Amino acid sequence: MIHFNNETFEKALSEGELMMVDFWAEWCGPCQMLGPLIESLAEKYEGKAVIGKVNTDEEGELAMRYAVMNIPTVIFFKNGKEIDRLVGVMPPDAFIQVLEKNL
Amino acid sequence: MTYDIIVLGSGPAGLAAAVAARGRDKRVLVIGARWQDSPLAKAEQVDNYLGLPGRTGLELLEEFYRHASSLGAEFIVGKALSLLAWNGFSITAGSQVYQGKALILAPGVVRQAKYPGEAEFLGRGVSYCATCDGMLYRNKPVTVVGLAPDAPQEANYLHSLGCQVVYVSPHRPQGLDGDIPYRKAGKLAVKGETTVTGLEADGALLPCAGVFILRRAVAPADLLPSLETEEGIIRVDRRMATNIPGVFAAGDCTGGPLQVSKAVGEGHVAALSACEYLDSNP
Repeated sequence: MIHFNNETFEKALSEGELMMVDFWAEWCGPCQMLGPLIESLAEKYEGKAVIGKVNTDEEGELAMRYAVMNIPTVIFFKNGKEIDRLVGVMPPDAFIQVLEKNL
Repeated sequence: MTYDIIVLGSGPAGLAAAVAARGRDKRVLVIGARWQDSPLAKAEQVDNYLGLPGRTGLELLEEFYRHASSLGAEFIVGKALSLLAWNGFSITAGSQVYQGKALILAPGVVRQAKYPGEAEFLGRGVSYCATCDGMLYRNKPVTVVGLAPDAPQEANYLHSLGCQVVYVSPHRPQGLDGDIPYRKAGKLAVKGETTVTGLEADGALLPCAGVFILRRAVAPADLLPSLETEEGIIRVDRRMATNIPGVFAAGDCTGGPLQVSKAVGEGHVAALSACEYLDSNP
């Protein structure tokens, strides 16, 4: 599980692989709840997809650039471009579906 | 915090479920509105509850609440904002997360017709959670659609963060910060392009970047997208089991008659079924 900052995010994005990024914050209850699921998916997809988190408090600019207006928001990227996003707490299958479709 | 059973709803069905589950020595958490805010509290007289004719709704609720509380059920006043069915059940209420091994849905009738534009702009300016998303709207104009008794507090919180809040509701709210402008309106629509640009309230456009829609409760099918419902009514069997393992439902959310005795009976059955589920899935 990677905790992105602006620089590491840019670097990962430029490598073009499938990415799943959880935009979250500490004071957000639903984010806390989703956290362990994201971590377990990061383990499960290790080597297949880059899965990480962006703390919107610390990396406000990244949140703004991707117009994150609710948290948690999970954004999927491939070849450096956004391909999908899921807003709010979603069941595990919702994330797995997008990952599997784009592997 | 892990409980055996989490009950969503603090009306007769939820409280009866709590009593039955405590009778089987399960650790029970009830998440719901203050019992005084139950729709039953408005009933001036209930004459068909067995053995106790002539009570007011408020009297019945107080006795139900005392009963559940004296048996050791725990209570959280608030609403379930989100729910995750994964390794048991996790529920967010306020900024806290609660864990349970089984779940009883007893939220009552959640009238939840969405406003035009609401679903379309979810994630693009429409929010249901002031504590989650408020910070993302600092120094921006937002409207709060207040449909719950605690909505004014959430509006005050957004105001304290520095959001430029306008409060919209069909009835004048109690407890709203005097610095927050209030607009009386009932016919609403969310307007926008790629993101929200305003809220149309009884024909007048209120420009804003965000719309916080704060209802009494989040509909069970919105909390649990795989829950089977029919015209908003949760499908259950005779054991009050829903289509999701470990999830039971009771009371008005399973359909009519919308009566206290029916809710109490269903709450009782739902709790016993939940106990059975826990005992066979330790």
